[in-house]
Amino acid sequence: MNEQTIHSIYDRELICSEDTRLLQALRSGDERAFLILVERLHGKMMRIALHYVLDRQIAEEVIQDTWMGVLHGLTNFEERSSLQTWIFQILTNRAKTRMRREQRTPSLSDIVEPQEDEPAVSLERFRTGYYAGWWILHPDHWNNGVEDQVLWQETYVYIQRAVQQLPASQRIVITLRDIEGWTASEVCNRLALSEENQRVLLHRARSKVRRALEQYFGIQQQAKQAVS
Amino acid sequence: MMMIPITKPSEALTCREFVELVTDYLEGALTPLLQDQFEFHLSICEGCQIYVEQMRQTLKFLGQLNEAAIPTEGKEKLLATFRAWKQTLPNKAP
Ligand SMILES: [Zn+2]
Repeated sequence: MNEQTIHSIYDRELICSEDTRLLQALRSGDERAFLILVERLHGKMMRIALHYVLDRQIAEEVIQDTWMGVLHGLTNFEERSSLQTWIFQILTNRAKTRMRREQRTPSLSDIVEPQEDEPAVSLERFRTGYYAGWWILHPDHWNNGVEDQVLWQETYVYIQRAVQQLPASQRIVITLRDIEGWTASEVCNRLALSEENQRVLLHRARSKVRRALEQYFGIQQQAKQAVS
Repeated sequence: MMMIPITKPSEALTCREFVELVTDYLEGALTPLLQDQFEFHLSICEGCQIYVEQMRQTLKFLGQLNEAAIPTEGKEKLLATFRAWKQTLPNKAP
């Protein structure tokens, strides 16, 4: 037996014994153990769910739903697979069911509105006359203090709201591309979009989020100046 | 401060046109000609330099949302579910 095998057996046993401990804790109603598990798996669960339902908010609902299923199945869980695998199976099933329900609504390619013409930046920001189209007052550096944990919490909530307020097609594209890190071609394939339409949606979405952030940091700056 | 070229370059992109090309630029989807015009504008216009910088920051922020933990309301709802489920346990701990 080589070292690698020994390691992997050791790892597996570690995982198994951890599973057993976790299961015991969950079955005895240990809230802390439950929350630890919820937090630990959330990122992975989000990624899996998004592959089916595409929308972060719906994915959150599917995850909620999954945990409900996990709790109800816990007494009968026979440990033939690891706890995590079992949870992900429940998740995948629920996400698929949800996807089938969502797909009765119009598909993404139907809701692309290429004729809709909204500027990335409000036209009031640009000159008219001789220097038409150049900035009147150009954007300023964001001297934000997001390294600060508290401020980042605030900014985080704000960006999330800005994304939520986008039209569905834009929200889905920006979520998959910029939040989840899918490539352009992955998004085009999954959503049956042309490269160009994908870019149009992405452009509108990014421009709006930037605008929202500019406004947010502008308000912060003003508040800071008012204090000092 | 605003940097306006001394002579008005009739061929050059305006800022208003520039901002509409930023995504195509970042996606590497501009034609060679537009790419040149874009980069020329970027080299002379401070406002648009800051604009691109803001866009990159926006993308960085968005990427960080991915690492974001479960939302508080979601966690509270789950905790409530867990507590309700706990009540149904046959021999619950005191
Ligand atoms: Zn410019």
